[in-house]
Amino acid sequence: MVGARRGIGRYYDVNGWLFVAPALGLIALFMVYPIAWSLWMSFQSGRGMTMKFAGFANIVRLWNDPVFIKALTNTMTYFVVQVPIMILLALILASLLNNPRLVGRGLFRTAIFLPCVSSLVAYSVLFKGMFATDGIVNSTLQAIGLAASPIPWLTHPFWAKVLVILAITWRWTGYNMIFYLAALQNIDKSIYEVARIDGVPAWARFTHITIPLLKPVILFTTVISTIGTLQLFDEVYNLTEGKGGPSNATLTLSLYIYNLTFRFMPNLGYAATVSYVIVVLVALLAFVQFYAARERDR
Amino acid sequence: MNGFRRFAAMAATYGFLGLMAFLSVFPFIWMVLGATNSSIDIIKGKLLPGAAFATNVGNFFTLVNVPLVFWNSAKIAILATVLTLAVSSLAGYGFEMFRSRRRERVYRAMLLTLMIPFAALMIPLFIMMGKAGLINTHLAVVLPSIGSAFVIFYFRQSTKAFPSELRDAAKVDGLKEWQIFLFIYVPVMRSTYAAAFVIVFMTAWNNYLWPLIVLQTNETKTITLVVSSLASAYYPDYGVVMVGTILATLPTLAVFFFMQRQFVQGMLGSVK
Repeated sequence: MVGARRGIGRYYDVNGWLFVAPALGLIALFMVYPIAWSLWMSFQSGRGMTMKFAGFANIVRLWNDPVFIKALTNTMTYFVVQVPIMILLALILASLLNNPRLVGRGLFRTAIFLPCVSSLVAYSVLFKGMFATDGIVNSTLQAIGLAASPIPWLTHPFWAKVLVILAITWRWTGYNMIFYLAALQNIDKSIYEVARIDGVPAWARFTHITIPLLKPVILFTTVISTIGTLQLFDEVYNLTEGKGGPSNATLTLSLYIYNLTFRFMPNLGYAATVSYVIVVLVALLAFVQFYAARERDR
Repeated sequence: MNGFRRFAAMAATYGFLGLMAFLSVFPFIWMVLGATNSSIDIIKGKLLPGAAFATNVGNFFTLVNVPLVFWNSAKIAILATVLTLAVSSLAGYGFEMFRSRRRERVYRAMLLTLMIPFAALMIPLFIMMGKAGLINTHLAVVLPSIGSAFVIFYFRQSTKAFPSELRDAAKVDGLKEWQIFLFIYVPVMRSTYAAAFVIVFMTAWNNYLWPLIVLQTNETKTITLVVSSLASAYYPDYGVVMVGTILATLPTLAVFFFMQRQFVQGMLGSVK
């Protein structure tokens, strides 16, 4: 009897491993092995493929590299400004669209989700054209009196960052909104009805019902958006012809790694070190986000 | 008074949603208008249809080997999508249906790989592909994308809604585990697969950084890479670029509209 049960247990266990084995094998080969290699590489120095052990030389070099500092500040600026704006906007849109009496819900939803369908390259190229100095955006802003003279979107360090933030927000808000809409469907509508009858204003319903109930999804999308923003590459590369200009004002860490590896004289060890800065940042921020979400439970 | 306030709130809601919908859709309209205008008119922000559509399309087709480029993109996207869905749904099903303490630990470790940025992988991956002689092949683009913790997570979440009675009944009927998966799980979870298809296909079709590194000759390049290089020319012909962006966007747009209903259904199943 015991033997038979053990036999069933083994059969169960072997099947379990068989189902997950292909995925685990691929992840081990194309994720775990390279990320370990990259860590080892970050302690190496040299040009091209000839490298030797360098200890912490690469990490020391980070502090004295103004381009790295610039790329780091830019990336963090995108993260700090863009992620909260996008998450809040997506939440507001989702809770407005969750109202079953709203006319044209499906139409609004489809329209707002539409940007997610466009490729990162295509929309970056479109934005570059729309935000050209004499482009459609500037002429509209001037026509309605919001700007006295054309805004130098692509040539001024500040406005170039604004453009990147506008572009990412355009592309990803609908994506996050879909997650919230899906989660909102599972919230009992009567909670909102009761709150409405009790005279709870819309904004309070949003902050006291919607946000707490959606917390797990908000956490998930925040972590995903954090990872996405910290690896930002396609948009900046295509808005600035691969340069991260004007004068590195839009350069991101990923773009810098790309330049270090494939554009300048390749220094793979140093590039790997910069890439580990992203790994550490993502891990740190994800930890903080999980921690903040847990605290509010009490 | 109350009626007025309600009206104002409604007007604000529709106004806000209308504005957001307009801003979301406008670049697409601009793209289509742009394809009909000359490069100079586009940069000046002309908002009316022009007469240069045929010229732009003609120029695009002489500059770019369109069938080849499209075939490259389609091959990569379809191969990557099919393999990713197969491998990840197997794993999601396995993790959820065959629970054990050790697999649970492996699963949690696997979720940590979600946090690995691609930039940290690309140098070792590039060297690996070089050693395997796969640089400038489509296989090199597809291989690293198949094992996706994100898609496995999605399938596992959705599998929680899969009725275990179905599995028990199939077992009584003498079906083997792989038969249960293939003949019962896969058909029942259609909408989950559809939603995953939309997301994975779009990611694969739009993938940029890794193909940019690995695909080095015009014979292997994808539409995304071609549009990008046309647009970053010293004097880009925006009319031609617009035709390119339309062609690069059409397949994902089609997939989305074609599968929108299943997509929404599948998403609902995963967030429960």
